[in-house]
Amino acid sequence: MLKIENLHASIDGKPILQGLSLTIAPGEIHAIMGPNGSGKSTLSYVLAGREGYEVTEGSVTFDGQDLLAMEPEERSIAGIFLAFQAPVELPGVGNANFLRTAINAVRRGRGEAEVDAMQFLKLARARMKVLNMADEMLKRNVNVGFSGGEKKRNEMLQMALLAPRMALLDETDSGLDIDALKLVADTVNSLRGPTFSALVITHYQRLLTHIVPDHVHVLAGGRIVRSGGAELALELEATGYASAAA
Amino acid sequence: MTALTTGAAAFLARAEGAAPRLPGADLPWLAQLRAEAALAFRGQGFPNRRVEAWKYTDLAAAMQAAFGEPLSRSESLPALPPALHPRAVFVDGHFRPDLSSLAGLAFPVAGLAASLPSLADRLGAVASPIGHPLVALNAMLFEDGLVIDLPAGLAGGVIELLSVATEAERAPTFHPRHLLRLGAGATLTLIERAIGPATRYLHNPVFEIEVAEGARLNHGRLQAEGRDALFLSSVSARVAAGGTYDNFSLIAGARLSRNEIHVALVGAGAAAHMNGAQLIGNGQHADTTTTLDHAAPGCPSRQTYKSVLAGRSRGVFQGKILVRQVAQKTDGYQMNQALLLSEEAEIDAKPQLEIYADDVKCSHGATVGALDPEQLFFLRARGIPKAVAESMLVEAFLTEAVDAIEDEAIREAFAGVVPGWWQGAR
Repeated sequence: MLKIENLHASIDGKPILQGLSLTIAPGEIHAIMGPNGSGKSTLSYVLAGREGYEVTEGSVTFDGQDLLAMEPEERSIAGIFLAFQAPVELPGVGNANFLRTAINAVRRGRGEAEVDAMQFLKLARARMKVLNMADEMLKRNVNVGFSGGEKKRNEMLQMALLAPRMALLDETDSGLDIDALKLVADTVNSLRGPTFSALVITHYQRLLTHIVPDHVHVLAGGRIVRSGGAELALELEATGYASAAA
Repeated sequence: MTALTTGAAAFLARAEGAAPRLPGADLPWLAQLRAEAALAFRGQGFPNRRVEAWKYTDLAAAMQAAFGEPLSRSESLPALPPALHPRAVFVDGHFRPDLSSLAGLAFPVAGLAASLPSLADRLGAVASPIGHPLVALNAMLFEDGLVIDLPAGLAGGVIELLSVATEAERAPTFHPRHLLRLGAGATLTLIERAIGPATRYLHNPVFEIEVAEGARLNHGRLQAEGRDALFLSSVSARVAAGGTYDNFSLIAGARLSRNEIHVALVGAGAAAHMNGAQLIGNGQHADTTTTLDHAAPGCPSRQTYKSVLAGRSRGVFQGKILVRQVAQKTDGYQMNQALLLSEEAEIDAKPQLEIYADDVKCSHGATVGALDPEQLFFLRARGIPKAVAESMLVEAFLTEAVDAIEDEAIREAFAGVVPGWWQGAR
């Protein structure tokens, strides 16, 4: 499904990713762990199509398509979803309007029927209930005045509503208390299935006790230096990145 | 006296030549008023950038090109937008009762040309030509306008004022003078809309507005003039105790526009709300200049102006707040913000506070920025196409000013202008 081969990427001429290769099959959940500065966030941004990153070598395909040639919105329609580490605030943009615009843009792109205001509310409210979000969060501006936990819940709401096939969770666990962490994990686990894959990027092992990955990779110096099963995360927790990467 | 530019000299000569033919030429007080305007105009002409109030808009340069005489009566008329409320229609500056729909109004609405004999005390009572070249130009040459008189206590509802310019080859000019008076406790919503063809013309409207004790005027303006037009407008309002003047101006058209709003709060507790947006693109210059004169105690004033500038365009905001010594407990607020959508767009902002009272609350602020790439990426990463995402962020930027529109009819009249403008600007 997602195939990354020998990916090199740099920012402002500074190389960050230096030969990263990774293949994620449908239904699999992979975790990438690594110290700060190892290139974790760069990987998620390059996959989602953020400007400012230059891919100097290698390729990324998604269902055989050249992902790097696609606009960010095209990637979203194709099924990529990036859960942001620090979701931006959008003063003046109502959350309900934003969510419905996004859902319908994605549906239109996928050749599905758009939802009207009533259908949207029904969909959103059902998912918000599971996420323990108050209805009034639809009326507020996107992420404006949201606590860290509320922002992440809002991200999970978007993820659930946009029905991605490949979720990229960029340190979604950072700064979360245990309840919010569980809600993130529950959302990912609820989407888990033969057509849903995820790449969980994290610094800590604790999220991975709630989202049990099929594969764990250690990222260091812009490439994957070690891969293993879920037990690798526990080992890293015990011994640290330095010895694991050695 | 400075030497007049050829542009100014041409208008002065025209005013002299036209004087006997202008409406009300037989009224001595009006002849006096026009003569005083000509004297003021002769003294200042069309100011260039060395004049502080015109530092960012060079009127002398803009008015150098020749203009034709005003059109007496247009032959061809473009299709008029549908009227949502009782409406007064002006074509090339002339009131057209035949195109207006004013039957059934509970208060008098009349054309100025026909009402001149009764206007000796009103015309020029609020707007002075001295130091105001746009008023002086208008006073020399006005031929018509709208006169509205709301009796005390009357709820006047909504009335539209539509100004239409017709297509003409010789760059006509028109200078309507509109007079509005609201009696004590009266209320009115005026929705003013100015449209025109892509040919060159000058629209120079002047409003004189009197809001009596406890009365309220909601004044919505949509300037959607043709792309080659000059829109040089001056609104002067005087608000008595407990009254409110509420203005929302949406400036989208014209090659060059100057939107002057001068409000004097002359009675205790009078309020001014002046909000607006300038949405301009390649080749356009839009200048919003406000003065707020706090001349009585306990008056609140609120101003929020936003400019969205695309292509090679230039926006100007000048806002002066004067708090006189008598105006204790003044509560003044002014904010202006600009969003630059291109590297070639430019904004000049000049807030100016002049405070002579010691117990006042006055604040102002200004910001300039571009679309935030992080916000744009976030929206696109959620599947929203780039153009839609940009439009959402532009609308979000304008939200604060648009939310300040309290009047539902004005809000409705302006809905859709922003998305429409965005389509055209791209």
